[in-house]
Amino acid sequence: MSAEIDLDDVCCDFGSFRAVDHVSVKIRPGEFFSFLGPSGCGKTTILRMISGFTEPSSGVIRIGGKDVRGQRPNQRPTALIFQNLALFPLMPVWENIAFGLEVRGVDKATRRARAEELLRLVDLPGAADKMASQLSGGQRQRVAIARALAVEPAVMLLDEPLSALDLKLRQHMRAELRSIQKRTGVTFIYITHDQGEALAMSDRVGVMSQGRLQQVADPREIYNNPANGFVASFVGEMNILTGDVGATADGFASYATPHGTFRARLAPGAAKGPVKLYIRPEHVVLTPDAGGENAVSVTVGDVAFEGNFISVSATTDSGKHFVAELRNDGSATVPDPGSRQFMRFDAARAAILPDETGTA
Amino acid sequence: MQDLLRRYGATLTGTFVLLVAFWLLALVILPNVTLFEASFRPYLPVVDVGGPKDTYSFDNYRKFLNNPVDTSFLGISFQLPIHTITFLNTVLFSALVTFITFVMSYPLAYYLAKIVNPRALPTLVLLLFVPLWVSEALRAFAWYIILTFNGPLNAALVGMGLLDAPVRWQNGVFTAYDAIVIGLVYTYVLFMLFPIYGSIQSLDTNQIEASEDLGAKWWQTHWRVILPHAKPGIASGCVMVFMLSAGSLLVPSVLPSTKSNWFTQTIQVWMLESQDWNTGAAYSFLYILLCTVVVTLVMWAFKVKLSDIAK
Ligand SMILES: Nc1ncnc2c1ncn2[C@@H]1O[C@H](COP(=O)(O)OP(=O)(O)OP(=O)(O)O)[C@@H](O)[C@H]1O
Ligand SMILES: [Mg+2]
Repeated sequence: MSAEIDLDDVCCDFGSFRAVDHVSVKIRPGEFFSFLGPSGCGKTTILRMISGFTEPSSGVIRIGGKDVRGQRPNQRPTALIFQNLALFPLMPVWENIAFGLEVRGVDKATRRARAEELLRLVDLPGAADKMASQLSGGQRQRVAIARALAVEPAVMLLDEPLSALDLKLRQHMRAELRSIQKRTGVTFIYITHDQGEALAMSDRVGVMSQGRLQQVADPREIYNNPANGFVASFVGEMNILTGDVGATADGFASYATPHGTFRARLAPGAAKGPVKLYIRPEHVVLTPDAGGENAVSVTVGDVAFEGNFISVSATTDSGKHFVAELRNDGSATVPDPGSRQFMRFDAARAAILPDETGTA
Repeated sequence: MQDLLRRYGATLTGTFVLLVAFWLLALVILPNVTLFEASFRPYLPVVDVGGPKDTYSFDNYRKFLNNPVDTSFLGISFQLPIHTITFLNTVLFSALVTFITFVMSYPLAYYLAKIVNPRALPTLVLLLFVPLWVSEALRAFAWYIILTFNGPLNAALVGMGLLDAPVRWQNGVFTAYDAIVIGLVYTYVLFMLFPIYGSIQSLDTNQIEASEDLGAKWWQTHWRVILPHAKPGIASGCVMVFMLSAGSLLVPSVLPSTKSNWFTQTIQVWMLESQDWNTGAAYSFLYILLCTVVVTLVMWAFKVKLSDIAK
């Protein structure tokens, strides 16, 4: 079972503070959708509005086409997994999982059977009679998911459920969540401030800043074609240059900066308002030979070995720092610290973007 | 101890340790030991004290079972010793007081802990404390005045047309203990409220929301999530209110009816009116013992552990 969620021009005010600002997005049935944004940008508030704990100040929320305004959380077909999981510590695992069935008046034998079944689904058989406090972080995670699945929600809402886990377990649980979502076909709305997590798991990502939705797109699009400077620098690393747009042609523009004049893609609509030039570190190439487009001479600074890539910092003669990431596959020669090199990037891989989209 | 010595020096530390020891020994332990010893000796004219008649026995304790009188409960008539009846009444109505204070406190505690705006909380708690600024005796007398035949309660109820004629509240409308129960509830309700408030407050609000999100109705959330979590607070509130009510002398003396009798009053009669401190002491110890048994049984029935209460 799954349902479409439609946020239609939703705002949420706390006093004079606007936590969610004119957010409109349609989340498709069966989709894994992530809201990504820095702390305090209104992600939890959006989830609480969908689940019914907070009412929007204006705008409409529809679940499966039905306007749910005024419905209490216990009347909505949603299940929320809390940031701290909120398992019931005084109940054994199976009662936790079967709680939603218990309050619907399902008899005990059926409840127990269903709990066992869900425990197998989340790969935790044999934990039924343990107390929640006896479980490890990852196991409690699974119990929380099973508890939410037990009520057969049309939508699962997950509020940074992996943030408390260590890196290895987090990566494991990402894959696990994704596969549970595929198996059950339930619409997942996932919240995170970890861009890697959002990109790795989601069908589509909505990037938020200060209550506003900046871009909604699939992960590749978000990373390769960020809509604005906020998305570009929040998702992944960026070298950023400030300057002025010059002549434009075929979607490309020349961009004059104190460190040289470059050519790059000009984002549509970037003509008005302040713009900057963004280049990903992995698109920066360091070579000993001059010539070609977008080349500038630099002095190599630190060379940091990061494992799968090598991070090189370089400074132009005018004093601008750049970061270049070289793949550790032997294809690139690693420059010596202090050596003179030329830094170059492909105009098609660099973008001139507006700082932040206003009200979309 | 080392810490105390280092911080306050030998003189000050010594003084305080001595003072505490004196307080414990001379003001708590010794009097109780003396009374305990006296409770096993007969009440004798001064000349016989220490004489051949002054021997240890359980006679004083046995008086609890003297003087059977006719009584009836739920339509069955039988005979019970008069002081046993008083004891049973005291336990019964103390339990009723405990129950009423619980029913009053739980919703209020939940409201204060989870619903009210945290900024308004200090004001509300202050308002709750205002009655405590007045002494217990004055509060009991205030209820005496409220409930009296020509008092404000009758005036108001008759004035509003809810009663045709004034009622003798003090004599008891439902039982002979109505006024005492009202007085005790009023006096001790905060001892129930605050432990419950404390335990509900320590509950993670997300658990309440999780319960609602999973489809629970409000009463199901209370029954399955909030009440179990608040159990230690409820238990300590109940033990406190029960013991305080059972041990209250002032309220039953100020708000009695012609037929009411609280066990503390029986002890007072032995000690002050009969001047028989030996029997009075015996009754006191018996009372503590029996009340402890009652509390233990109830705790066992509700599966409350002592360690829960200590939380
Ligand atoms: N009940 C409330 N009253 C007043 N302000 C609130 C309330 N709830 C949230 N806010 C404010 O709204 C903003 C968004 O909060 P929200 O919890 O949605 O952020 P978030 O994106 O989930 O952040 P995090 O990643 O830290 O969890 C914050 O600035 C917060 O202070
Ligand atoms: Mg949050």
